[in-house]
Amino acid sequence: MNSEPAKLENAPLAKPYELRPKALADGGQPGELLEISMGPQHPSTHGVFRMDVVLDGERVVKLKPVFGYLHRNHEKIGENTTYLGSMPYTDRLDYFCSLTSNWAYALAVEKLAGLQAPERAEYIRVITAELTRLQNHISLVGFLLQDMGASGTPLMYAFREREKILDLFESLTGARMMCNYMRFGGCRCDLPPGWLDQARQVVGEFPRFLDEFEALLSGNEILLSRTQGVGALPPELAVNAGITGPMLRASGVNYDIRKVDKYGIYDRFDFRVPLGDHGDVYDRYMMRVLEMRASLKILEAALRDIPDGPIMDPKSKLRGFRPRAGEVYGRIESPKGELGFYLISDGSPKPCRYRVRPPSFINLTILEDMCLGHYVADAVIILGSVDIVMGEVDR
Amino acid sequence: MSVPLPGQGIVKGLVETARNFVGSYVEKDRLVTVQYPEERVPQAEASRNFPFLVYDGDDWQKGLRCVACQICEKECPPQCIYIVKDTARKPDHTGKLQFQPRLFEIDTSVCMSCQVCVEVCPFDAIKMDVEYELSTSDRFNSLLLRKAQLAKPNQYFHKIHPAEAAEVDARLGADKAKAEAKAAAATRPA
Repeated sequence: MNSEPAKLENAPLAKPYELRPKALADGGQPGELLEISMGPQHPSTHGVFRMDVVLDGERVVKLKPVFGYLHRNHEKIGENTTYLGSMPYTDRLDYFCSLTSNWAYALAVEKLAGLQAPERAEYIRVITAELTRLQNHISLVGFLLQDMGASGTPLMYAFREREKILDLFESLTGARMMCNYMRFGGCRCDLPPGWLDQARQVVGEFPRFLDEFEALLSGNEILLSRTQGVGALPPELAVNAGITGPMLRASGVNYDIRKVDKYGIYDRFDFRVPLGDHGDVYDRYMMRVLEMRASLKILEAALRDIPDGPIMDPKSKLRGFRPRAGEVYGRIESPKGELGFYLISDGSPKPCRYRVRPPSFINLTILEDMCLGHYVADAVIILGSVDIVMGEVDR
Repeated sequence: MSVPLPGQGIVKGLVETARNFVGSYVEKDRLVTVQYPEERVPQAEASRNFPFLVYDGDDWQKGLRCVACQICEKECPPQCIYIVKDTARKPDHTGKLQFQPRLFEIDTSVCMSCQVCVEVCPFDAIKMDVEYELSTSDRFNSLLLRKAQLAKPNQYFHKIHPAEAAEVDARLGADKAKAEAKAAAATRPA
């Protein structure tokens, strides 16, 4: 109790802020540098995200991502509310893909409590997760093109198709984006009548749209020259930095949690994991397009094979839910990468520790390495190809 | 493999935009805009916005199904429900005396429409509304809904969620029949 507060003169001094250019395109010495702050309200920064960029001419020599503007205490709230009470908050993590966030959290709690979702619920989860992947990737490609200056057209086409999938979500869960649908040991409600036919129709029409979308974009010379060779991410760096999802696979590393963990019923589906070669923005764009085609294969099989039956584990209960003490890590392949929930239970109705491993936050950590030496206009595209959602980055 | 002509990709893309532009005049699929507020999309059975309280019969104060058990108040993730129990009791649908809420308030500026209150309610008293044109110029007072504003008749519930309401009515009717049979058995002279 008699410890004195640290004396100010003994405290270590903060290091003076200095610019250390890591790389220049031509290997020369930097000239006069210009430091600009992009964001947090810039339309191309994907939400309230700020980049402190140091430029030599138009080349990026230093980039510091600044985030936290959307921090809202998700993990601390999770420790102060019941297990069920955190489920609607997981919708707000990655608000484009609320159903996969739901699934990751439900999977972690099911591991903790020893629950097992019935067969039909597993099929519904796969169907909704793959539909989520479709609409996430299609809107990401639209936003990426918007960042490149293709104002409107690809984004509008993408949103037109996304709307059909959101209609499916609304008729199933009651909400277009904040679905709050998965429960521990199953799903909240069964599919409404006619939903499967509607889903089959949407899935059946999607390849035609993808073909059109690819004809519009994939061979476009402007897109090729803006994206090829830009923002290359070497596979060693990607693995060391813990990058997951389409970003990692675009660099040529074969790692998909659907194949590695085979969580849910993914071992029953035959699908291929597309891999990139160069790890540049174009590969990341193609990765999304090819993953959508793989997702359509899964969806066709799942919509064909879905059985009848219950959708909730009879052991699961809504009120007074107390899993036994223990710790658990549940992870799934969300459209953006590995989404994991780490929970410690002490046997009470609230988790003792609640931690999220957000894919877009960790994928964002190597932004500087990808941007160095490129034009500032390319930095915007590279950020767009990372696929971040600030709700998940800041939590 | 033939080398593509320069500009071929751009021309191919322009053909797609032209196809979509012309197609928007003839194909329903390519012109999907709904002209709100003149046109509206029909609402799905599962639609939800903010919660309301169901009452049976004509008198909303007598028929309120809520028994002020305060489970929804405890479970509500953003804690937007405020309930004060009344000391007076009233009979529920089976004739059993139950508590009733003196105050029941939902702050819709805090509510996040998650439907947890509906799921945990053991009395089918709170359900989700579908009304969405709720804008107001008063930030505080008009967004805090009181008991009188929240209470809506069972017929309204039937109108917005027909399948769910029919299922709830069947369950409550079965409860009532069971309770009446039990009461009849108890009053029968030995």
